[in-house]
Amino acid sequence: MNTKNHIKTVTGKTLKQTAEKGGCGKCRASCQSACKTSCTVANQPCEANQENA
Amino acid sequence: MKIHKFELDGDYFVVDPGSGAVHIADRQAFELLDKVKPSIFERYSGIEGGCYAELYDLYKSGLLFSGDDCRDFAETSVDAPLKALCLHVSHDCNLDCEYCFAHENVSERLTMSPETACAAIDMIVERSGERRELEADFFGGEPLMAWETVTAAVDYARANEEKWGKHFRFTITTNGLLLDDEKIAYINREMSNCVLSLDGRRSVNDRVRPTKSGTGSFDLVADKFRRLIQTRDKPGFTDCYVRGTFTAYNLDFAEDVAELARLGFRNVSLEPVTSTPGSGGDYAITQAHIPQIYDEYERLFRLMKSGGVDVNFFHFNVDLSGGACVIRRLRGCGCGNEYLAVAPTGELYPCHRFVGDSKWVMGNVSHKNLDKEIKQYFTKTHIYSKSDCADCWARFYCSGGCNASSYECFGDARKTDSAGVECLMMKKRLECAIALSCLRVV
Repeated sequence: MNTKNHIKTVTGKTLKQTAEKGGCGKCRASCQSACKTSCTVANQPCEANQENA
Repeated sequence: MKIHKFELDGDYFVVDPGSGAVHIADRQAFELLDKVKPSIFERYSGIEGGCYAELYDLYKSGLLFSGDDCRDFAETSVDAPLKALCLHVSHDCNLDCEYCFAHENVSERLTMSPETACAAIDMIVERSGERRELEADFFGGEPLMAWETVTAAVDYARANEEKWGKHFRFTITTNGLLLDDEKIAYINREMSNCVLSLDGRRSVNDRVRPTKSGTGSFDLVADKFRRLIQTRDKPGFTDCYVRGTFTAYNLDFAEDVAELARLGFRNVSLEPVTSTPGSGGDYAITQAHIPQIYDEYERLFRLMKSGGVDVNFFHFNVDLSGGACVIRRLRGCGCGNEYLAVAPTGELYPCHRFVGDSKWVMGNVSHKNLDKEIKQYFTKTHIYSKSDCADCWARFYCSGGCNASSYECFGDARKTDSAGVECLMMKKRLECAIALSCLRVV
């Protein structure tokens, strides 16, 4: 079923897919506390993806 | 197998934490999700068309009620090479902020010597393995009070990074008082990220960020910050945030975000004040403030959604289509493992918030040894080892939050409280962030 009227998927990319080539450590460090420019890691870009783009 | 769903201003959002999928539903699907569950989908599969069939299709595609199969990645993880340092180049400061935590464990206001800073650069190079991109963050106190140390470390790294096969990205966090044209030019040439501390409206800022003489600091720094941003045009050096704190004094903090935007600051981070429970002053955020904070985050969401405030608000950013891999999301900042803080004496700590606490000393930049026990502890500190995270819908967004904050609140870096103020605020911000991102896409 491709067309849906009641629910639209905004992102269907699964986390498991990201594990296959993940863990390279190229991404920047982030701080999870409130005292630096903290963020959720979910707004960290994947730098390996950016290199390959 | 749990999903998370929420409504915001008449739009309905569904998050499937296990897969990372995010959906926008209509009201019928949103309400039906209260009634269906995997056992029902397994029992009733042949219904053609309609709302149920759409949800069933997502379930079968692994995008609803999906299981969490990432635990193995966490439990088999090994310690990592070092990639980031936070250099406390000065424990002194020329402001007297009411909420400052920098001196909680620090009795002497020391300055790091240039030699110690360069030894820290040597240490990260030696301990970084194959990693090419390394980070050093100048922090304090106020790092501009140790400008000679900052420039010594940067110049030393730049002079040698090609020989080492490394590239350094520097960040500086400053209150701006000592900024001048020469320092601005240097920062804009060398620092790929720059964090400028300002709390928003003049009255709000000056109440909690006075100078040593008790006068307000807003008028002393706002123009300098504008000048720094206006001359920051080096390609790739786009990261530059005005970073503020909100406290119980300004729970109408959307006004502060709006004011910073009005002043011309496009990238803004405004964060809730941190305080140890029971020790905070009147500024501390407590459970009683949560309803008002929720309302305010929603007000800011509406202002941004409508375009009423044109700003890149750091906490409402979430990358739904890309972003960090799940390996990274298991433990967030990587403190004590791939990220360390360096005190002015050269002592090493898991992160900047542990600095000065003798229980967490991991070594010294002048020694070769690093405390393997602490490093291993943080390697194994992840969303599945934290008390309230493994089943939380937000676990792959916040990565279990701040270890130092957990330690300060509960005496245990692995304890979290899903009903505590930090988790509640984090989840509310995430809902707003997810909603904004979804509405930009559809």
